[in-house]
Formats: sequence, C-alpha cells, structure tokens
Amino acid sequence: MEFSGFKAINQLDFQVRPNTVHFVIGPNGAGKTTLLDVVCGKSQASEGELTFRETYNLKKMTENQIVHRGISRKFQAPSIFEQLTVYENLEIAMKQKKSLFSIMKAKNNQVDEQKLAEMLELIGLNEEKDNHAGSLAHGQKQWLEIGMVIMQDPDLVLLDEPIAGMSKTERTRTGELIKQIAKDRAVLIVEHDMEFVKEFADVVSVMHEGQLLAEGSMEEVQQNPRVREVYLGRKVD
Amino acid sequence: MQKAIYRTVFQNRKLVLCILFLALLLAPLFLSDFRLNLLGKFLTFAIVAIGLDLLWGYTGVLSLGHGIFFGLGAYCMAMYLTLEARGGRLPDFMAWSGMQELPLIWIPFQYPIVAIILGILIPAAVAFLLGYLTFRNRINGVYFTILSQAMVLVVTTLLIGQQNLTGGTSGLTNFKTFFGFSVNSSSTQTVIYLVTVVMLALVFIGCRKMVKGRLGKVLIGVRDGENRMRFLGYNPSIYKTFVYTISAALAGLAGMLFVLQVGIISPTMIGIIPSIEMVLWVALGGRATLIGPVIGALFVNAASTGFSESYPDIWTYFLGALFVIVVIFLPKGLMGVINKFQERSKQINVTNVNKDPNSVKVGKNISGI
Amino acid sequence: MNEILLTLFNGISLGSILLLVALGLAITFGLMNVINMAHGELIMIGAYVTYVVQNIFVNYVPEQYFDIYFIVAIPVALVVAAGVGMLLESSLIRFLYHRPLDSLLATWGVGLMLQQLARTIFGAPNVGVSSPSFLDGGLTIGSLLLPYSRLFILGLAVVCLAGIYIYFYRTANGRRVRAVMQNRQMAECLGVSTRKVDVITFAIGSGFAGVAGCALTLLGSIGPTVGTAYIIDAFMVVVVGGVGALFGAVAGAFGIGFFNTVFEYATNASIGKVLIFLLIIAFLQWRPSGFVSSRTRSLD
Repeated sequence: MEFSGFKAINQLDFQVRPNTVHFVIGPNGAGKTTLLDVVCGKSQASEGELTFRETYNLKKMTENQIVHRGISRKFQAPSIFEQLTVYENLEIAMKQKKSLFSIMKAKNNQVDEQKLAEMLELIGLNEEKDNHAGSLAHGQKQWLEIGMVIMQDPDLVLLDEPIAGMSKTERTRTGELIKQIAKDRAVLIVEHDMEFVKEFADVVSVMHEGQLLAEGSMEEVQQNPRVREVYLGRKVD
Repeated sequence: MQKAIYRTVFQNRKLVLCILFLALLLAPLFLSDFRLNLLGKFLTFAIVAIGLDLLWGYTGVLSLGHGIFFGLGAYCMAMYLTLEARGGRLPDFMAWSGMQELPLIWIPFQYPIVAIILGILIPAAVAFLLGYLTFRNRINGVYFTILSQAMVLVVTTLLIGQQNLTGGTSGLTNFKTFFGFSVNSSSTQTVIYLVTVVMLALVFIGCRKMVKGRLGKVLIGVRDGENRMRFLGYNPSIYKTFVYTISAALAGLAGMLFVLQVGIISPTMIGIIPSIEMVLWVALGGRATLIGPVIGALFVNAASTGFSESYPDIWTYFLGALFVIVVIFLPKGLMGVINKFQERSKQINVTNVNKDPNSVKVGKNISGI
Repeated sequence: MNEILLTLFNGISLGSILLLVALGLAITFGLMNVINMAHGELIMIGAYVTYVVQNIFVNYVPEQYFDIYFIVAIPVALVVAAGVGMLLESSLIRFLYHRPLDSLLATWGVGLMLQQLARTIFGAPNVGVSSPSFLDGGLTIGSLLLPYSRLFILGLAVVCLAGIYIYFYRTANGRRVRAVMQNRQMAECLGVSTRKVDVITFAIGSGFAGVAGCALTLLGSIGPTVGTAYIIDAFMVVVVGGVGALFGAVAGAFGIGFFNTVFEYATNASIGKVLIFLLIIAFLQWRPSGFVSSRTRSLD
C-alpha cells in the first residue's frame, strides 16, 4: 500500500482468528488505520494477497461487496446519520438485501423487529430509539455505530479507536460490549489506550513502520524487547 | 374556535392536503379560463419541483438541468401536436429549409401514444446515461451540478442550431387538436387541467410513499454520508442514478402537460435561467418536505406572473434577491417556517392547558413548574 | 496545410480566452472551493469598466492618446472587479463556505441582480468598444493572418498565468494562502489570519475575472450577459483540469479550446458543442477528478 510513493504498509503478514478480540497497537504512522482501510476496501493494496475465509479475494471488491462478504467497519469519528432516528439508523444498517429493488419494498418482519429490539437493548439506547441520532451524546453515538456494524451480522468487525473521547465508565461499557460481540465473530481493533487493551485483548499485534513487530498476548508483547524499543525510543538490555 | 382551526390545520396535514386537492379539482367551477390555464401551468411546475426535491432534498444531488428534461417531454408532445395540426404536411420550418419528407426522428411522433411514452422515456434515458456515467465514478457532487448545467447549454444550442429539425429559436407552436379534440376549446383545457391535478396528486402520493419507506431513509443516508453507506453495504451510485432518472421522468411528464396548456415550447423556456429557477422553487418551499416544493413553485410563479408583466426590471432584482434571502435566512424554506409555527402552537396549547382552571384543580402547582 | 495551421491557431486562441476566463475560477473554485456563479458578472463588470474608461478617454483626453485607454483599462478593471469580489466575499460568501451548493445558488442570485443593474445603467442593447489601433490588423505568416487582438489575448493570458503562479507559489503571501486552503485550523494556529486570506484570495480571483472581461471587449460588442456566455465553459475547464492546480487549468483550457475548434471545423457550432460535452464526460470516466488530482485520507 502506497500513498504517493510512501509505503504505509510494507509486506505485512497478518491473520485474524474467529471469536477473538484482536487489538492492533503501534506508534503513530505505524499503518494501523491503513491496514483497516485495505481490508475494508477504502484503499487498494498495491500488491499482495488479501483473502477472507480462504475463499474471497477482497482486493478486487468494492466497499459494499466486501460488506456483504461479512466484514464491517466502524470509523474513528462517529459517522452515524444524524437526521435519522436511532431506530432508522439500525434499520438501514441491518443485514438485508441492499439492492435498490429489495429496499424499495423492504418491510420488517418479526425476526427483524426482534433483532432491532435486541440491538437497542444491547447498546443501551432503547429509550432513545425514536430520537434523532444527532441528539445523542458522543459515547451514545459511538455505541450506535457499533450497533450498526453488528446489525450487519459480520464475521469480522473492524473498529478504529472505539473509545476515543469516552469517559471512564463509558469505556468500561464499551469494553463489555466488545466482549459480547466477539462471542460470535472476530473483532479487530485499532487502539491507543493501553489499559483498555490490557483489559480486553485476547491477542495483540504491534505494528511499526508498516510492519508487524510482535504478536501474542498482552504480556508476551510487553516483554518483547523490540516493542519496548519502539515505544520507549531506546534499546532495553 | 379559531384556535381549534389553527390546531387542525397544523396538526392534521393529511386532512389539509385532501381539502387542497378537492379545491384544485373544483377550481374549474369558479376560475375563469385564463386563470385556470395559469393555475394548470403552475401545477405542471409543481410536478417538476417534487421530482427535483426528491433528487436534491432527499438524495443531495443538485441538478441545474431539469429544464432540459422538462423540455424533452414538452418537445415530444409538441412534435406530435405539430404533426397533427399540419395534417400530414411538413411543418413550415422544415418546408422552408427545403426538406421533402418527414425526418426519421419525427416519424414516431405521429402517434400520440408513442409520443406520450417517449415524452417520459427520453428524459429518463438521458438522465440515466448522464447519471450512470457521473455517479459511478464518484465524481464530486459539485462537478455533477456543473455538468448538469453544461448539458442545458449543449441541448439548447442544439435545439437552436438544428433549426430544420426543431423549429429553432421560435420553437414549436400553433397546435390545433389533441386526440382529435381542439386544444383551444375551454372543455378540452378543463380536462387537461383536471388530468394535471390528478397527476400531481399521484406523483405526490407516490413520492411520499417512497420517502416514508426504507428507501427514503437510505436516500437520506446517501445524502448525508455517501461513503458511510458504502460501508453499510449499499451502492450509492445506483440509488442516485435511480432518483435522477425518476425525477427526469417526472419533469418530462410535467413538460408534456405544460405544452398542452400553454401551447408553445421554445429553447428559452427550458434554458439555463428557467432550469435554475426550478431549484429556487424547491429551496424556497423547503427541501426534503415534498409539499414545500409545490408551495414554492406556486408562489414563485404566481408572483412572477403578477409582477414581471408590470415591472420586469424590479422582478429580476427581486428574483435575484430571493435566491440570496432563501439561502441565508430561510435554509429550510417556507416549510421550515411553518414547522416552527407548528411547534410553537403546540407549546401554546400546553401553556393553555396549564392556565385552564380545571387543570389547576387536578395538579395544583403545574403553573409553578 | 494552411487550414490545419489556422485551426490550430484558432484552437490555441480560444484556449487562451478560456484560460483567461478560467484563471479567476481556478482560484475561487479550484483553490477555495467556492462556486461563484456571479463570476460571469465580474467578467461583465470588467468589460463595462473598459467601456467606461474608453468613453472617458473619448471625452476628456486628447485624441492622439486614445489608444492608451486600453492599457489603463486593464488595471482599472482588475481593481474594480476585485473590489466587487471583496464585497461579495465579506457580505455573502463567507457565511457559506461549508455549503458549496448553497453558495452556488446565492451567487447566482447576485449575478442576476448585477446583470439587471448593468441593464439599468448601460441599457439592454450591447455596446461597442473600439479596440486600440495598435491591435488592428494582424501578423502575416505565409498566407496566414493572425489578428493582433488574438495574439494580445494569448500574451495577456500567459502574463496573468505567470503572475498568479509567482504570487501563489513564490511569495510568502501565496504560501499563506495555500496553507489556509490545505489546512485551515493548522494555519490559524500558526498565526495566519484566515479571514484576511479568504478575502484577499477571493478578491484576486475576482480581479482576474475583470481582466478577462477587459480582454473580451476585443472580440466583439459587450452586453449584460457577456460573462454568462463563457462562464460554463470556464467551469468545465476547471472540472477537466482538476481542482486546485494551475497546470490543470492550463491543460483544461487548451484541451477544450483545441477540441472545440476542431469539432466545430469538422461539423458545425451546435454539433461541436455536443461533441465536446460528450468528450468531457468520456474524459471524466478516465480521470474522475480531472487531470491533476490529489489523494486524501479523509472520509467525507
């Protein structure tokens, strides 16, 4: 992956296993967000392979095709639809045929209604359901967006700094939410907050200058001398 | 009593719309032929405005070229009317340019049904092509707007330049009959007017259904976060192309009804200025409201007919100022103002209840809250 | 052979006119992302300023100095149009920086009013401006006659282009402008007055519209709608060229100018217009954001 000649990710070999909360950490400019961009189709990888479930070649797909293969992404800044209600936001995100003609005659059946109700419960926005999403607090917006991502029933969830700007209690709630989500799917999270990572991570990958530096549990990674060098800026003997 | 009316007006919009619809249907009974004709013309503009609002208000795509779709519909109908009026002979402008027989592109327009179908299909097809080619490449929305205006220039130049095919600057006029009925007779005009009213109602109901359903939510999503929609699994270009095509078809329909009532169509009537004026109707009435554009179209055109005949200069200044005023002071249009009043009237109702002596008995300190 | 050369010259000449008209737009639209639909009326103002300056010379200046009027008119047109632009920016456009389509509509309204104002002051019929005698006639190369007025416009376009390039890429002020356009908040933090930069940049863009209007008087009589005739083509130049790049505008102007002339030569004026429009659409299939485009990481 190159930005005007600059290689943001260089020969990265990266795997995510199902039912894990997988964190990606690394200093600024390590290529974490670019990694997500490439996976979800926002950017094109200049070379290499990008396969999902060993069958789909994601490199040739557009963003919306990738979503239908089971990969959903939440962006760093909350990007919900402020003019729609919370319920409507979840409704358009819901897993369904998203072609023009199916949408034109789309109506919720009981299963859909139930799924929406469960999601409202899960993200704790039941009372806000008919309010415009624009009126939500920052943390609630983030949860709504996580909810929208999960409504698509993806196998792989990509979250970009989901707890940025959240209060302590909101962080904990978000962490629990992520744990819940990861029961049925793989979750890949880019995050800077080390305490949060420590608390909720199953696997941690450390990236640096577009390359994978270390991978393992948080303890293993923390002991890795190269990781400490990158983070602390000096060699640790 | 007055308050009660006030409340029904503001809180039961469906009822208001039904009454308005009935009033429009009954208008032939109490309007002179001249006024009815004007009203009918304005209502065709209202149809364009609804389509344009679907595109701009809901989907966020601004087209400065809807005059052309309106014009394509109008020309299709006018070509049929011209041929019918000439009764088998060539139109004058063709004869003058030395043509011997009817050119190929005119041949389908001998048949009214074909002309009507083409009057909707041709604008829709042009919009589909332009929309598909621009939206699929994710061309910047502003670029699209500029391209849509360039298209107006291209089509009007073509209409003027190909005089032997289109009648040039003077356009097409001097119609006599439509399906054998005289287009100038009062009864035919009344029927055409009623058809226009019904068409407007159908278009309104259809569009309302569209925007109230899930499609409407998806369109708003495309408007407010096109890229976000991609990551929810939608392909926004398809939605944009679809709405653009629909709104062009509606403009074509309106154009046909327009020609039947006004009796002339020429390039200046569908050029750059009329096209952008259509956008003003929507902006003034209120984007993303459907009823707003109808009000906007009626208001601007009524004002324009009243004003521009006696004071054309002042009217142009006023029109220019209107663009500025609407954008700066009324970004939500007249409907925004009405909605504000509605909210206020709700609040008034609440305070009235509190002042009501009966309610004081029930909850003692309500007014103190 | 001669015909080919003549078509080529006409193409370059049309390109230079388009470039001159589009240079101002390349600044206001390309750099600032403001769609100023009144740009055509700023051109008109430049043209009428030339007309007024000419009349002043006729009435108050000895006849032998008449030709100088045109040289005087160019800076005056620049200043007047820049002033109007400044007024427009500080009274209207600055409220609409985040609503590009709205600023399009509002400036269209302003344009409409300015047109009407011109009609009120100068009358609806076109007025003629007699070109200075040093621009009469033309350069003869073989059997080819290249009108001096056309060559002058070509030269003027090149000079303006060079001026803009030097200002924006070689001076501290220009650097400030580009900094603001690229990252407004950052520039503000570094102590750049963004309001001032906005006003001045917009005024410069408007000023060049005035110069273009001045040049257009050489090509024919002028009227209230003289600007509108060119403005859509000028917008197309910027679209084809790619936003925010002077080189793009040059490529766009000469590309459109050249193909326009060729198409019109091969068919006729109206079919030529259709062909050039189709060509632009086709071109955008290949380069959706114009000749020169930059990649960003933002998700808008």
